[in-house]
Amino acid sequence: MFRFIVRRILTAALTMVAISVVAFLIIELPPGDYLTSYAATLAEQGDILSEERLEQMRVSFGLGEPLPTRYFKWVGNIVLRGNFGRSLEWRIPVNQIIWHRIGYTVLINISTILFVWTVAIPIGVYSATRQYSPGDYIATFFGFLGLAIPNFMLALVLMWIGFSVFGQHVGGLFSPEYRDAPWDLNKFIDLLSHLWIPMVVVGTAGTAGLIRTMRANMLDEITQPYVETARAKGLAEWRLIWKYPVRVALNPFISTIGYALPELVGGVVIVAVVLNLPTIGPILLRSLLSQDMFLAGAIILIVSVLTIIGTFISDIMLALIDPRIRLE
Amino acid sequence: MGDTLLEVRDLHVSFYLTEGIVRAVSGVNLTLQAGRTLGVVGESGCGKSVTARAILNMVQRPGRIDQGEILWYGDPDYPVDIAQLDSRGPDIRNLRWGEIAMIFQEPMTSLSPVHSIGNQMIEAIRLHHNATDAEATQQSVELLNRVGLSQPERLLGAYRHELSGGMRQRVMIAMALTCSPRLLIADEPTTALDVTTQSQILDLMRDLQDEFGMAILFITHDLGVIAEMADDVAVMYLGKEVEIADVDTIFHQAAHPYTQALLRSIPRHDVVTERLESIVGNVPDPYNIPSGCAFHPRCHHYLPEECADPELVEVRPGQWALCARTPEFLPASGERTNA
Repeated sequence: MFRFIVRRILTAALTMVAISVVAFLIIELPPGDYLTSYAATLAEQGDILSEERLEQMRVSFGLGEPLPTRYFKWVGNIVLRGNFGRSLEWRIPVNQIIWHRIGYTVLINISTILFVWTVAIPIGVYSATRQYSPGDYIATFFGFLGLAIPNFMLALVLMWIGFSVFGQHVGGLFSPEYRDAPWDLNKFIDLLSHLWIPMVVVGTAGTAGLIRTMRANMLDEITQPYVETARAKGLAEWRLIWKYPVRVALNPFISTIGYALPELVGGVVIVAVVLNLPTIGPILLRSLLSQDMFLAGAIILIVSVLTIIGTFISDIMLALIDPRIRLE
Repeated sequence: MGDTLLEVRDLHVSFYLTEGIVRAVSGVNLTLQAGRTLGVVGESGCGKSVTARAILNMVQRPGRIDQGEILWYGDPDYPVDIAQLDSRGPDIRNLRWGEIAMIFQEPMTSLSPVHSIGNQMIEAIRLHHNATDAEATQQSVELLNRVGLSQPERLLGAYRHELSGGMRQRVMIAMALTCSPRLLIADEPTTALDVTTQSQILDLMRDLQDEFGMAILFITHDLGVIAEMADDVAVMYLGKEVEIADVDTIFHQAAHPYTQALLRSIPRHDVVTERLESIVGNVPDPYNIPSGCAFHPRCHHYLPEECADPELVEVRPGQWALCARTPEFLPASGERTNA
């Protein structure tokens, strides 16, 4: 087990290096740089920047140096000083823009996963153990419905319900009076009262998919001889179902924890915009459009690192839950 | 002769599938004496495994016990009809493993892939006895030792993929013995093993039977294994038992044409033959079991006017055959049917 963990850590470190290079190259790929698009924006407003002024800015932002130099400067600052550079567009350090947003992104992400799992796994198990029963058909119906409804649509409907039925301030994660208030119990309760909408919106499709997968995995497992052995031993039916086949059927889900994060950042930008969530997705989109390379690079890098950490955690959890993985 | 331990009367089990109804077991009668071994032999799909599961009342949907009695003489004066028990209720769950244990064909998949051997053994013990973890562990070690596994303490922490096929089946046998059952159902326990391991496992089972005094219901398609293990034999064909007798009678004076054909189709070391005989035709489609005597399309002795509705007849004391024509071609006592 120890060797297993060490090996995974080494692989993770190598992957991070590779990702930093790729992230940097991706930011560099589009023709031009931040100043070209900045100049273009100004020109639209009838404001022409002189060549000298442009060159001056290019030097002060460090945009003129060769590619490898810029890469090592960038990475060096991050690793040594935790400094992700300044956002070119916002003119403030990247750190001030992203960290609280990443915090909220992870918060929404984790609560969504918890929501999805607590709803989907019991329903999936029920569906499989009572295959083709009315309950199974109802679960299947709502499952497909959840898969078919676009997230942003659901977001709009829930916001409308929240507003017209509960008279609640909708959108965002806080009511206006708490947005900049220091943390206390009331602010936390306010957060919870807002959190359920993105949780349900982002989680619905995932829940629907997970119910189907759990059902299929369970149907494969409940006919296995080891389940029959457990039954022949005299275990109560619900106990043997949860101890044996559910345990085996869960494995594929644990391995997907690591992918949940990038999905939330990349996949639900529309929901984040509709719900006005202070998450990282909309910021990433904007920074890419304006070629704000330090901001975009920082986000891509941090999200990738979080993904690697997520994958690492799911690897360790898998090894803990399934002795066959430890074998290698 | 022991006392009767289990009596199956006119058992019917069907599977209700969308394609049709499969009558997997249609009228099986078995009697098991305490401490003896009853061998059930038949081709794949003849209903022998389903019968075994019915005895534990664990036939799974879409299967169902339609009719019949499964009388368990745990207390000889108050037999329990297992077929009438709630298949998920506490009564049948106490009988399972506590009184009737079962081992299966695939020792690989009969053990959980993600639980240690110890976890599964201790679970079985603590489910039926008031034992502490330490006591259950101690008992597991002794049993693993008894079934011939070395380093039993280490084995408790092992997982199924770390063991060989023979070791797995030994573990299953040790697990089956945890509650000193009075009946052990063995559903093709050696089919997935190589021949050497097979004979070791059979020897072990015989020793343990003497030691623990349990009855064994031994299910197999292998007549060689039957000859080695069984005291009494029931031959099944398409959900019915076609012949019941003690093992010597089955091998030397078989009365039913199907039993005779089965015996002719296994190689013998004392007779030189050019070609091994096989039974003509195939096992019929389970959705369309032939009317009348189910074996008639494959039988040399078939006469339409006589074989419409055969009944189980006692051809000799203790030997029963499901054949209308048996008395006519019954070999005289002492003569070998398959020589």
